Amino acid sequence: MTKTPHISVQHLDVHIGAQHILKDININIPDKKVTSIIGPSGCGKTTLLKSFNRLWDNTADVKITGKVLVDGEDIYAPDAEVTHIRKKMGLLSQRPYPLPMSIYDNVAYGPRIHGIRKKQVLDQLVEEQLKATGLWNEVKDRLNASATRLSIGQQQRLCLARGLAVGPEIILGDESTSALDPVSTAIIEDLFISLKEKYSIVLVTHILRQARRVSDYIIFVYMGKIIEFGPTEEVLLNPKEELTKEYVKGYIS
Amino acid sequence: MRKRKFEELFFRVLMILATIIVSGSFFLIVGTIFFKGLPYMNWDMITKTPGGGFYIGKEGGILNAIIGSFYVAGGATVLGLIISIPVAIFINLYMDGKRFLSNTIRMAFDVLFGIPSIVYGAFGFLIMVYFGIRASLLGGIIAVTLLVIPILVRTLDEVIRTVPFELRDATLSLGATRWETAKVVLRQIRPGIFTAILLYFGRAIGDVASVLFTAGFSDNIPTSLHEPAATLPLAIFFQLGSPVEEVQGRGYASALILTIIVLIITVLADILIKKFSKHKI
Amino acid sequence: MNFRLLKDKILSKLMLVFTLASVSLLLVIGIGLYYKSVPIIQRLGWTELITTSVWKPLKGLFGFFPFIMGTLWVTAIAIIIALPLCLLTALYIVEYAPARIKRILTPFVNLLSGIPPVIFGVWGVLFIIPLIQANIAPHFVEFSTGYSVLAGGIVLAVMIFPLIVSIISEVLRTIPQELKDASLALGATKWETIKKVILRKALPGIVAATVLAISRAFGETIAVLMVCGNNAVVPHSVFDTGYPLPALIANNYGEMLSIPSYDSALMFAALLLFIIILLFNIISRVILARLERRLAA
Repeated sequence: MTKTPHISVQHLDVHIGAQHILKDININIPDKKVTSIIGPSGCGKTTLLKSFNRLWDNTADVKITGKVLVDGEDIYAPDAEVTHIRKKMGLLSQRPYPLPMSIYDNVAYGPRIHGIRKKQVLDQLVEEQLKATGLWNEVKDRLNASATRLSIGQQQRLCLARGLAVGPEIILGDESTSALDPVSTAIIEDLFISLKEKYSIVLVTHILRQARRVSDYIIFVYMGKIIEFGPTEEVLLNPKEELTKEYVKGYIS
Repeated sequence: MRKRKFEELFFRVLMILATIIVSGSFFLIVGTIFFKGLPYMNWDMITKTPGGGFYIGKEGGILNAIIGSFYVAGGATVLGLIISIPVAIFINLYMDGKRFLSNTIRMAFDVLFGIPSIVYGAFGFLIMVYFGIRASLLGGIIAVTLLVIPILVRTLDEVIRTVPFELRDATLSLGATRWETAKVVLRQIRPGIFTAILLYFGRAIGDVASVLFTAGFSDNIPTSLHEPAATLPLAIFFQLGSPVEEVQGRGYASALILTIIVLIITVLADILIKKFSKHKI
Repeated sequence: MNFRLLKDKILSKLMLVFTLASVSLLLVIGIGLYYKSVPIIQRLGWTELITTSVWKPLKGLFGFFPFIMGTLWVTAIAIIIALPLCLLTALYIVEYAPARIKRILTPFVNLLSGIPPVIFGVWGVLFIIPLIQANIAPHFVEFSTGYSVLAGGIVLAVMIFPLIVSIISEVLRTIPQELKDASLALGATKWETIKKVILRKALPGIVAATVLAISRAFGETIAVLMVCGNNAVVPHSVFDTGYPLPALIANNYGEMLSIPSYDSALMFAALLLFIIILLFNIISRVILARLERRLAA
């Protein structure tokens, strides 16, 4: 652990309007592992996740202090360039939102805006990512069909492929399976587990069983604070903190 | 108890009557125009420009005004879009963090929308005098463009607001710039833009007060931006003012033509809106 | 890489310019019209312009009182006719009408709003004027040509139907079903629920719709011009002719530059319209915005 972690959060405070959403967050996200952020709804899970790639820039009344270091670079520094930071992180949101274009163009969108124009290279990239998300065999004959024609589970995998195509190092998942059926959920969960060889993955989830199935580490957030952080088994089966114990047992939700 | 029941019934009947009057007024208007205009309709009306003595009841049609109206409304819609699309994008994608400011701008456009077209006409006239432009196609297009900008901006703004935030987050998190995100958003709302174009083309084609001072009037089809251009509403207005019965009748027929054009546009827009809302994610 | 960011920056500045330019239109129109009206304001002063009734441009006398009164008469008649009808219609469409009828009715309100002003004018000339002349006026006055503030008011009323109906329906739809259910569960009839609960809740929205409709009616030009008779005299009954402000501007643009001070006077008329409508619009928008915020909270 001598190497600097991909994401390191130092003294992060987030206010939205008059509310103090996140309070003095300090954490190093483990590399090449799946880390789940759990906690009751409204505790600040999603806020924490979105502060990793500055998606709060688009929202009114948000004030952020402290540091988020991505590969040692503070993304909230005044001179930070946000598009290249975001490129390092793929985001998988609650529901799939395919771009209004074909399946192929969805995956090729990211590489194209980042300057890849050669058809050969794009073809190869698209195939590679669609294979990585297990979608290739299902869609290879209709790459030019509109992405909205896919089933919702397929759409979510397409969105994952789209995110992977820009070559991120980190994947952020914001309750990425909450809109999906059990079969698609299982596929996505398996994908997360296989992808951790190459990527550091951070997931927000409110399903404890899911956190247990997929993650190596767990961050428990309550009322805007990190209560406990550690390996999955330890946090879920043998929590140190009273609050974590109550949450895991289902007393707080 | 009986009084309560009676009151309920009474107001129910009143409501149905009011609804019949309000929605029936549409049929009354279109019916009147058809009834009076149809006898004077003929092929010449839409295929010929006014001949000599047209305004005392001789040969000709109002092709000049039909074409003129399409030029003015088309020019204004295109020019209006070129200005409104960037404004709508700016309010939505570049001012997200400043809600107070963007809402103030929205309100300013709402107020601008409320300004009557005669004021736009008068103001357009002032601009023309200032720049030394004579009453012409160009003048008409400028005045009508001013008229349609506020409503175009607000419509596009509303359409863009229906695009889910997650779609923007999706492109942004791929490392796209705001402009690249805007292009995706525009793609998403393309059907909405078409609807807006149709609706405001319809509004632009029917407005008189703004072109009254600015477009002038001519019996010829304009061949350049600096020539005066006839417009349909003005042609109707002038012909109706004539004491000659034949000319008045042609005024009714012209009104019928304008009504048909506008109805077709409105119905098309309505169909598009329905289609659009069906395919939204 | 840097090129993309540069492009984004440049385009952002360009869009900012477009936005500022089109928003400042509001200011520019106001200032432009004021600047052009200054000569006549300096010569006669606001009070004299607004309160005197003599309109003799050739003698340099410009009293706007008849035109202001003409506008007020026409607008008032239009609102008195349109408001109750539209309120009842909106209530019927939102609260009573079965879904099937709702689907049939809504398009007609839309279509009505698409009809151009000049067509309303033609309809007024062909339908309303003869109606007043032959069937309405004879019961009240000895003689009327039909061209009157009443005709203007009726035509205007029909023109603002869609605006009022759509705003009031929208406001009615925002009233939560739970509230209606609560009243109905207490044994109130539907009409009692409307009277005691719905209308009270919707009142600010109805006021805003009315104010917006008034400002629309104030500015309507061509349709009113065609049916009002255009006589520069203060009307005293609904069957008198009237000469609203917008009609004054539209009718006289031709001679605008040939008579001294005339252009200034007409621009003053436009300025008056602009100011009145600006105020009314801001008032109604503030009411509506506040309503929206209260609902969001």
